[in-house]
Amino acid sequence: MPSALINVPAKAKRGDIIEIKTLMSHIMETGYRHTASGEVVPRDIITSFTCRYNGTEIFRTDLYPAIAANPFITFFTTVTESGKFEFEWIGDKGFSETASASITVE
Amino acid sequence: MKLLGCIAVLTTLAGAAVAAEIPQAERRSGYSFMTADTEAMQDEDTANPGMLWVLDGEALWKRRAGAADKACADCHNDARASMKGVAAHYPAFEKTLGRPVDLEQRINLCRTNHQQASPFAYESRDLLALSAYVARQSRGMPIEAGSDPKLAPFVEKGRELFMQRQGQLNLGCINCHDDNWDKKLAGSAITQAHPTGYPLYRLEWQSLGSLQRRLRACITGVRAQAYDWGSPELVELELYLMSRAQGMKMEAPAVRP
Amino acid sequence: MANANHTTRRTFLGLAGGAVALGGVPIVTVRPADATPAMLSSAIRNIVGEANVRTGKVKLDIPPLVENGNTVPMTVSIASPMTADHYVKSIHVFNEKNPQPNIGNFYLGPHAGRAQVSTRIRLADSQKVVAIARLSDDTFWSATADVVVTLAACTEEAI
Repeated sequence: MPSALINVPAKAKRGDIIEIKTLMSHIMETGYRHTASGEVVPRDIITSFTCRYNGTEIFRTDLYPAIAANPFITFFTTVTESGKFEFEWIGDKGFSETASASITVE
Repeated sequence: MKLLGCIAVLTTLAGAAVAAEIPQAERRSGYSFMTADTEAMQDEDTANPGMLWVLDGEALWKRRAGAADKACADCHNDARASMKGVAAHYPAFEKTLGRPVDLEQRINLCRTNHQQASPFAYESRDLLALSAYVARQSRGMPIEAGSDPKLAPFVEKGRELFMQRQGQLNLGCINCHDDNWDKKLAGSAITQAHPTGYPLYRLEWQSLGSLQRRLRACITGVRAQAYDWGSPELVELELYLMSRAQGMKMEAPAVRP
Repeated sequence: MANANHTTRRTFLGLAGGAVALGGVPIVTVRPADATPAMLSSAIRNIVGEANVRTGKVKLDIPPLVENGNTVPMTVSIASPMTADHYVKSIHVFNEKNPQPNIGNFYLGPHAGRAQVSTRIRLADSQKVVAIARLSDDTFWSATADVVVTLAACTEEAI
């Protein structure tokens, strides 16, 4: 299973705006490269990244071959209650990975 | 045309007088030649793609392998304690072979001798991951490779290789990395070639890579035939470079352009 | 680890105007036709439809000169109160000269609190990057940046 790194603060105050950072292990093969013998190296990228907070989608990204290898995506959210962030990466060749992180909101 | 232009620049470099080795006080990690953006990528673990290999290595450390059905952790326990400072001493003298081995070779010796498993291929994901995990445990510690007296003749061989001109461009490592480290080659900074952060994530590679990969790239770059993976010459060159960087801080897994 | 793409020898054929001193770019041998300004504007039309795209509100933070086009850090932020009535719905980033004009679409909402996303992108050549934000009132705002990409001097034999 590919590694992912998630950075979510463990604790925050209700109403705080927090930054979430995510790094996913993936080659992001563009599909625009050729071998010396002229064959196309098939595209193999992550096409979608989603973050849910206690089940509700709060952030989503469509990715294209122009996203660098090992996609790094950061964004913000307002925290209202303790709970769980769930992250999902979906891509070519059946790629589907998840990760999660918990936060305590006081 | 641009290619020819650059070769002309290199020829000029090659003709320059050979300067002395870099004084201790002027030694600089490749880190200090980078832009703030790239430095930031190295500085924060979540932003540093090399940490993905470290995570993989942590899992491998605990995974049993080979006929012996042993994991690294079964002998070495918690790497955070047992591997602290270890990578800062590599390449190290291996008495059964009578010559130095680098960290990757040490890991593979452990695999074949103690785990009775097949060695990992050079530059394979698993070998990079384990070496990154081990090297990570030395981050911030001073490089001490080459201080073992038994290594002296090998350090010297590595030094000779560093000075030796080779390839169609007839350049030695020294012509760029000692004599011209304060200049640029095309858009890139010429660094002092202190291998403080290996294995490291190179933006050019879009991957983690070993010092041997970097050395082979440089040798290919001067249009010479690169030494084979794991060859004594490459290990001696690694050893010389690490001994030259003695006292500088380990950064693995570093990020470089 | 899939290293199938690392099996070929490099060649200089695909170096689209690159100043390469020590060696060639590994693997990439032939580059397809670059995206054209027409492709860029058509990709933008696919997102904004017939709406007018105004300059402003959007800040596109990207280095003007990058060390390596493979991994270019980029941050887009929009001046928005991010309230239930006034917020940013989405951010769309495009380029002019990669083989494909799209870079990424980012969907957010008032709960984001701060309309800002960061990622790392690939730029095949020096070119223009365009970020467009769609606000809650369905107006579109944009920022443009020109990025100069230098190719690495020392590249290598493919592994």
